[in-house]
Amino acid sequence: MKVTQKDVDHVAKLARLGMTDEEKDRFTKQLSRILEYAETINKLDTKNVSPTSHAIPMKNVFREDKTIPCGNMGDIVANAPSAENNMFAVPKIME
Amino acid sequence: MELFELTAHELHAKLDRKETSAEEITKSVLTRISKVENSVSAFMSINIDEALAKARDIDGQIASGKPITQLTGIPIAIKDNLCTKGAITTASSKILQNYIPPYNATVVEKILQAGAISIGKTNLDEFAMGSSTENSAYKVTKNPWNLKTVPGGSSGGSAASIAADEAILAFGSDTGGSIRQPASFCGVVGLKPTYGRVSRYGLIAFASSLDQIGPITKDVTDAAIFLTAMAGHDPKDSTSVELPVPDYRRSLIDDVKGLKIGIVKELLGKGIDEAVKRSITEAADLLKKLGAKIEEISMPTFEYGVPTYYLLATAEASSNLERYDGVKYGHRSKEADDLLSMYYNTRREGFGPEVKRRIMLGTYALSAGYYDAYYLKAQKVRTLIKQDFDKAFAKFDVLISPTSPTVAFKIGEKVDDPLSMYLSDIATIPVNLAGIPAISIPCGFDNGLPVGLQIIGKAFSEETILRVAYTYEQNTEWHKQRAKL
Repeated sequence: MKVTQKDVDHVAKLARLGMTDEEKDRFTKQLSRILEYAETINKLDTKNVSPTSHAIPMKNVFREDKTIPCGNMGDIVANAPSAENNMFAVPKIME
Repeated sequence: MELFELTAHELHAKLDRKETSAEEITKSVLTRISKVENSVSAFMSINIDEALAKARDIDGQIASGKPITQLTGIPIAIKDNLCTKGAITTASSKILQNYIPPYNATVVEKILQAGAISIGKTNLDEFAMGSSTENSAYKVTKNPWNLKTVPGGSSGGSAASIAADEAILAFGSDTGGSIRQPASFCGVVGLKPTYGRVSRYGLIAFASSLDQIGPITKDVTDAAIFLTAMAGHDPKDSTSVELPVPDYRRSLIDDVKGLKIGIVKELLGKGIDEAVKRSITEAADLLKKLGAKIEEISMPTFEYGVPTYYLLATAEASSNLERYDGVKYGHRSKEADDLLSMYYNTRREGFGPEVKRRIMLGTYALSAGYYDAYYLKAQKVRTLIKQDFDKAFAKFDVLISPTSPTVAFKIGEKVDDPLSMYLSDIATIPVNLAGIPAISIPCGFDNGLPVGLQIIGKAFSEETILRVAYTYEQNTEWHKQRAKL
């Protein structure tokens, strides 16, 4: 798969990932190469194969629906780059 | 012999006989760190005062008659992607430069409860993405056997700390080989447990269906002891399994008579260094001499492991790393006029090149129009790889291969060639995709650099791979050789 600069712009937007022009240029080339290599898996016939998401059988785990303490709120909010009144503060979202 | 040169089981015996104290052990390790850390750079942070205070506290408890565990008074290095309450945890990323976890990872909590001493946090490839520890945003860790070469990765700091005697035990985490490959490069023991054997709670997530925490140690006995201490079900990790944890020391049996061992044909072919092949063949010969039945086995899907992994692991990573958005913790860009510019600029400034590359690759593989061709296709190939292992284990008790196709490479040699870096995990990746356990143990040297033997078992057969590893170790001298610093 040949990755174009336009693809890189689109994917970077999906990932909310800012990049310098130099990085975009480099990734365009490297992603093409890596994807070309990844496509070697197309040699395998998987028509009747089901996908594996976890290799060890997993089941959903339920617990009783009751509130339990989850640590000190102050310690958690203390990690925020910006906080007000024990809440995360972010730039204005709507005008 | 100095205390820092000993294994955990040797130190435990000394403590048990009251021949030494936790304080003496900790001081010995800290003195060693002060002597060699400048050349090795294994640590992100070192807990000098806290470690000594904890050691004195432990000695007080011992004096008052409190029973000691296998880990009491043992200094342990913790990979810096494991959360430590109140102590900065960076995952070697700039985006988590000042992150102070409000809780301990379950494995950290367990070893602290057992009386172990946290000696410091070790360097890694940013978010555990890499095979050389060169992707750390902070420092380049050196291989103690040759300071011009890499220690492997991503648990390079942990493996180097053990090889340099800067810690007695070390935690690693393994998503595609990140415990075993650095253990191999540094001439120490590294074990990746079965997926679900050890709780991942508090491990900073990379690829959640592949990540697993495990021990990096000086010998197989210590790996068994350390695994016993960290394994088990945890209500905080819904993927940890509810199986009883055996005392893995009981599997330390010096006997492989009658065991059927498959040697993976595809990993003795092209792309594998001659010297590495020779060491593995010699190891197989020795196991045969000791009574095992050795046969070659073909694993035709092995060559698809790396491409499959780089689609699945990056897809999971791109999703896991969405949380670094400048809101709840970590870095926020100063150029954050609105929500979108905060996201874009925070992530541009906070992530290093390899992390960005993987987020891009994973996002691409999951994006509309490409999902079926890349992500879903890779999940199907994952099934085929697992089936190859199932077939092999119908016939064999364990499989053996090199851990890495080469010995440690030079610092800088592969940084500009991501694909060639990825290929250094060719032997370890299929094991993660199948969720099964494997151990790497020292089995030779090439040009003064260690070679690692990988022993792979079926799901939850850690006891069998430990038995084979122990037998090999008891009949060889490789693990007794130490790096000269």
